[in-house]
Amino acid sequence: MVAIKTTPRMTYDGVVVAMPITVPYQRYSIKAAHWWIGRALQAVVKTAKIRLADIDGLAVSSFTLAPDSTIGLTQHFGLSPRWLDHIPLGGASGIVALRRAARAVQSGDCSIAVCVAGDTNHVDSFRRTLSSFSRFAQDAVYPYGAGGPNASFALIMSHYMAKTGATREDFGKLAVAQRTNALTVPHALFKKPLTLESYLSARAISDPIHLFDCVMPCAGAEAFVVTRADIAKDLGVPYARILSTIERHNAFADDPIQWRGGWAVDRDELYGMAGVSVGDVDFVQTYDDYPVISMMQLEDLGLCEKGAAPTFVRANTFTTDGSCPHNTCGGQLSVGQAGCAGGYIGLVETIRQLTGQTSGATVPDAKIGLVSGFGMITYDRGLASGAALLGRA
Amino acid sequence: MTKPLQRPKRKDPTKRTRLPLLPQGARSRQAQLLTRTAAEGRFELPTCNACGAVHYPPRDACPKCLSDTIVMSPASPLGTLLAETTVRVSPDVFFRERMPWRIGTVLMEAGVSVVAHLHCDVAAGQPVRLAWHLDRSGQAVAFAWPEQETPNMADDIQARELTLDPKFRRVLVTDARSAVGQACIRAFAEAGSAIIFAGLAEPWKPCSDLDVLRKMSGLEIMTLDVTNGDTITELAAEIGARVDIVVNTAEHVRPGGILDRPGITVAREELETGYLGLVRLAQAFAPVMRFRGADGTHAACAWVNVLSIFAQANWPAYGAFSAAQAAQLSASHALRAELRPGGVRVVNVFTGPLDTNWFQTVPPPKVTPTQVAKAIVDALKRGLEDVYVGDVAEDLRARLADNPKAVERDLANER
Repeated sequence: MVAIKTTPRMTYDGVVVAMPITVPYQRYSIKAAHWWIGRALQAVVKTAKIRLADIDGLAVSSFTLAPDSTIGLTQHFGLSPRWLDHIPLGGASGIVALRRAARAVQSGDCSIAVCVAGDTNHVDSFRRTLSSFSRFAQDAVYPYGAGGPNASFALIMSHYMAKTGATREDFGKLAVAQRTNALTVPHALFKKPLTLESYLSARAISDPIHLFDCVMPCAGAEAFVVTRADIAKDLGVPYARILSTIERHNAFADDPIQWRGGWAVDRDELYGMAGVSVGDVDFVQTYDDYPVISMMQLEDLGLCEKGAAPTFVRANTFTTDGSCPHNTCGGQLSVGQAGCAGGYIGLVETIRQLTGQTSGATVPDAKIGLVSGFGMITYDRGLASGAALLGRA
Repeated sequence: MTKPLQRPKRKDPTKRTRLPLLPQGARSRQAQLLTRTAAEGRFELPTCNACGAVHYPPRDACPKCLSDTIVMSPASPLGTLLAETTVRVSPDVFFRERMPWRIGTVLMEAGVSVVAHLHCDVAAGQPVRLAWHLDRSGQAVAFAWPEQETPNMADDIQARELTLDPKFRRVLVTDARSAVGQACIRAFAEAGSAIIFAGLAEPWKPCSDLDVLRKMSGLEIMTLDVTNGDTITELAAEIGARVDIVVNTAEHVRPGGILDRPGITVAREELETGYLGLVRLAQAFAPVMRFRGADGTHAACAWVNVLSIFAQANWPAYGAFSAAQAAQLSASHALRAELRPGGVRVVNVFTGPLDTNWFQTVPPPKVTPTQVAKAIVDALKRGLEDVYVGDVAEDLRARLADNPKAVERDLANER
């Protein structure tokens, strides 16, 4: 056997990320995913004041685009890109799209890569997505009570609680803080404050998951643009620097039940490439399909020891104006989960925070943002994980 | 603790009958590996033939060595329940009306994690015994039973969605004159069936064996001749809406192949009783059963065919009979598909030569009628679909799986 020598990832010198776009979400939509993606693309074109022909790279993430994939969208929207990607990776879509687009721009495969995630939500979309989400879900999960991700994450959460001593109050603290952050964000679907009491007294969905542990499926789109710093300057759009990124799939496959993810494998390289330590991070955006997954990310990204997230949660406020600002736009728990756009929301918000374009509250003097993605529970665990450190330009 | 099952109250005729729904039945081709083990009640896990690694859910290549030689191999059914949840909300119509529903993650001794339906007597951290069962869609699912027997274990609500327990159910045994029919009457009475309807053709003919059973409470002997459509229609009109399980024991056995029996009279009788008997019975009783597939805790649930193992491979010594049995077996597969929308299972019980008059000259091992009856009740309690009774049937099953052509040659020489 040949010993394969791995080399560290290259840095992203000169590659930047700009133009955070959100097409405001709706609980239900009679439009197709194509419509939502089209709105996001138009917002990019209008914001940057570019021609359609200037978009020479396109990456799309969507669960409700069938029977189309990204290629069909080129003709649909009159685009002729020279770099194309289809990334239906759920909650990891944003990080993965950023990574691939950044390398494409860096290597000259394209100059302006638009990354879009958009999904519609018809009245019956959610059930249809669940029953045919993956082969393993079809064969080995959905026939068991058909509880969807709520049931699968309930198993992960109850195991996590038994292992770490986390309480519902701990998860509730994250949910309540996110709602507080969301109250200043105009496009958040949840407008009312959430108290810990109402979190705790909400109805059970799949024990120990209760109503406010769950995201609300909705329709919407998010987008950002990856390009070179000089192009961004010419266009006059504010941008953030890509300090480092990681991506890992199906990590710890032999764990009998998930309690850690791929971040734990690669996080030293994440901070190493950026030349920062975890203490330098000014805010964190985790993938918050359920608060327990946010806690898992806080641990695996090194904000606290493994298993110590309950203690860490008790010691911080997580509000935009407090300690360890977390999911500063409210996250999916308060804004809504627009399919794959749920994998973009943290990244788009991170760009906003670092470029002074927030629609809600801003983290004071933030220079470095940590954003994390997680997704694709095809059987009993989320397979995809990724993270990025972005810096103020 | 499992709440003991209560004898069902009389049905309120003013209430609408709940229509049957099915859990999602779509499965990958590879997942159908589990269907066979569930149908036969064995516990096996997908295993790589090249490196021996066990995996789950079923894959098309081994996740340890990528070999594509995946087989089902016997594995320890024991494991530990790592985590559980009670699902209270589902967009799925079948589970929605069965909420709350408990599922859990089981770490098997073989090293794989299996998401399973849970028995009410198991809890996180405890040892469990996993079994594959067929659900109402006819597909295999994992069910975590308590490792040790608990009181009223079979009465668990979630288990009863998978099993076909005859307790408190109403059973029709089609032929009370046959030894197997009479053994079934005894076995179902012992299993706690609420009513046993027993069909008797030409009831004026004496049947001394049956006389001892006549006084049994809960037994109702009814006129039924599977070769006579009128008797079937009349009986179905009278009791059709009250039959939860049909056990078709009617058969007509005569030795001989094609050439050594002149004419087709006997062959036609075998078809009349076997194949056409099944068709007549099915047309009269099965549509109502399909409609009643979700009719309370004691809904219509099973159609049992007692078949000869020679339905699967012709035994020339009983060549014409084997052919009629093959026709009945084939028809049972059509019936199985047609009863599926009601969640009613077709159970085929394959027996070796029975220890009855018509197999007088056949050497042992032979199957006693009591053995067959016990196997039927056991199959219903476990929710099996394909059942092999006796050494000859088991032997032939193994040989057919190994080399069907060799079976054909071997049976040609067996008398």
